[in-house]
Amino acid sequence: MGERKLRIMVAKPGLDGHDRGARVLARCFRDAGFEVIYTGCHQTPEQIAASAIQEDVDVVGLSCLSGAHRYLFPRVVELLKEQKAEDITVIGGGVIPDQDFQMLYDAGIKEIFTPGASLDSIVEWINTHIKLS
Amino acid sequence: MTKTDKIRKGDVRTATRLIRNIENNIPEARSTIRTLFPFTGKARVIGLTGPPGAGKSTLIDSLIALYRDRDKKVGALLVDPTSPFTGGAILGDRIRLQRHAEDPDVFVRSLATRGALGGLSKAAGDAVHVMDAMGKDVILVETVGTGQQEVEIMNHVHTVIVVIVPGMGDSIQAIKAGILEVADVFVINKAEREGADKLYQELMAMLNMVDSFPGGWRPPVIRVGNLFDKEIFEKNIAELSNSIDAHYRNLVENDLLGDRVRRKVTAELNEALQFSILAPILEKLIAEGEFDTLVDKLLKKETDPYTCAEEVAKKYLRKQPLKGVAG
Repeated sequence: MGERKLRIMVAKPGLDGHDRGARVLARCFRDAGFEVIYTGCHQTPEQIAASAIQEDVDVVGLSCLSGAHRYLFPRVVELLKEQKAEDITVIGGGVIPDQDFQMLYDAGIKEIFTPGASLDSIVEWINTHIKLS
Repeated sequence: MTKTDKIRKGDVRTATRLIRNIENNIPEARSTIRTLFPFTGKARVIGLTGPPGAGKSTLIDSLIALYRDRDKKVGALLVDPTSPFTGGAILGDRIRLQRHAEDPDVFVRSLATRGALGGLSKAAGDAVHVMDAMGKDVILVETVGTGQQEVEIMNHVHTVIVVIVPGMGDSIQAIKAGILEVADVFVINKAEREGADKLYQELMAMLNMVDSFPGGWRPPVIRVGNLFDKEIFEKNIAELSNSIDAHYRNLVENDLLGDRVRRKVTAELNEALQFSILAPILEKLIAEGEFDTLVDKLLKKETDPYTCAEEVAKKYLRKQPLKGVAG
């Protein structure tokens, strides 16, 4: 009877009120059969990490269009690690220049999706890389 | 340290994972609940229900702030619907509660209904136990946006708050059975809007028709006004919390608390029976393809659902009396 479901949090860190993309993604994840926790705009990394832990998500998907991803994304990973929740996978997306990719990977962001990435490719990545607990 | 110990110490990761394992029907989770059970029953459990967009999450946010001012530890369970088509869900109630996200004494957990029809998720009852065992003083439970019939909440809380808003229909809506009957406290939210006074009058008229209330408790109707007028809003929220307290005192003074707890335990037993008896049979039927065969037969009008149920009962419950099982 047991049915394991993937839980994913879609979060927008920092001063960025443009959440159309995040909402489209939330909807797409719902249609992929995931349970999606959406926390809205203007979240601090601290709020995001705490919520991800309380909600027991498998994945945190960060969306950032403001240019502050170099600080915000790694900070979320760091906070999760501090709270012994490094098993939660963090991925990111938004307006992210190619030259920042390596820096984000090094900081523990597992994958980055930029404008043009298809919804299917994002769902496929999650389904391939996330083992359900 | 066992899981039970960790949860009793308030460990969020262990608690939230246990809730997930309950949602996923992992048998081991049931045994952890068994060991937690003796440590439950201390928290005050308050339920909020009402139509989508009535303002339940925002009220919960305000109540959390108020209880935190009183130094109470708070848990909140927020239920949103699962898609009947994809099995996915968007759990968005948390958006309203994010100012409490970093408060270590506030634990917020979202649940998807996963097909349950009563306005809650099947795991909700056990999730309340988990938060209770964690030492939360107050647990707030928010149902999905409800219509008229989703009254499951009354089986899981001490006090049911029904949140309604002006402009949802004519006065006849107010005298229908169902959700309005389970209210211990009414909130007319967005009370600054047109139609709030009329709604208040209609509710009063509805309540006036009731001959007697258990324990003499006539559900108060609290008007909660403009969210953006801080002074009025906070005054109204304080009034709401006074009503919640008064209702609880009324339960205690009239010896009705036992009835509530009995109602809860009855519902839990029902659920456990479903889980232990019906669920395994259903699982077997589905796994062996028999379920689909029956559905096909039904589609061809070769049989009817009651006959199917009787046959299944005969096959799997053969040592039991058959009549009644199949209804």
